[in-house]
Amino acid sequence: MIRVQAGDFDIGAEITRLMAARTDVGAVVTFTGLVRDMADAPLKAMSLEHYPGMTEKSLGEIEAEARARWPLQDCLIIHRYGRLKPGDRIVLVVTASAHRDAAFEAARFLMDWLKTEAPFWKREETGEGAKWVDAKSSDGEAALKWKKGPA
Amino acid sequence: MKLLYFAWVREKIGQAEEDLEPPANIRRVSELLDWLRERGPQYREALADAARIRVAVNQEHVKADAMIGPRDEIAIFPPVTGG
Repeated sequence: MIRVQAGDFDIGAEITRLMAARTDVGAVVTFTGLVRDMADAPLKAMSLEHYPGMTEKSLGEIEAEARARWPLQDCLIIHRYGRLKPGDRIVLVVTASAHRDAAFEAARFLMDWLKTEAPFWKREETGEGAKWVDAKSSDGEAALKWKKGPA
Repeated sequence: MKLLYFAWVREKIGQAEEDLEPPANIRRVSELLDWLRERGPQYREALADAARIRVAVNQEHVKADAMIGPRDEIAIFPPVTGG
């Protein structure tokens, strides 16, 4: 399941909802991404712009790929947009499976792919003004390791 | 064809979206970008560094040689930084 929203989310409530009324889940893995302050130039705010329509489509495709690769009972991605403050939650990924290997690996995969595919753009506001964050080559490399080579 | 711009691409071009009708011989993304650069200095500046430009056609990421048509939605943006 995919949600793209401006509003905050409650991690505990989301996990509880995912696990409600089922007993076939043995492992639930959760990742939360937050707005982190920076040591050298304190952050006033981080704004996330997105491409409405493509964000949902892209995250839906990423989830479908994870479900195709791993035996997942359930999967949730929530990604916020708008103006956020240091300490605010940005993204939640939850994976549920019978066993922990699939839950851990799928959660890692979802985050690595999301960071190179999902159409969001971050803008940092500090005392020195606002600037767009540059994509990191390490994110591109992390996504590459999930690419399937020739069989 | 509908053009959408995001982040600093939008800022440099000066608008978030526009409807354009490139000549019929513009059939690929790379040709569209070349044609856009000729439209004015703000386009030239926004699209100066091809390595920092990404394109989606009908909400799917594409490469520079992808084909485009007059009814497509084409978005131009920097490398994504979500998550």
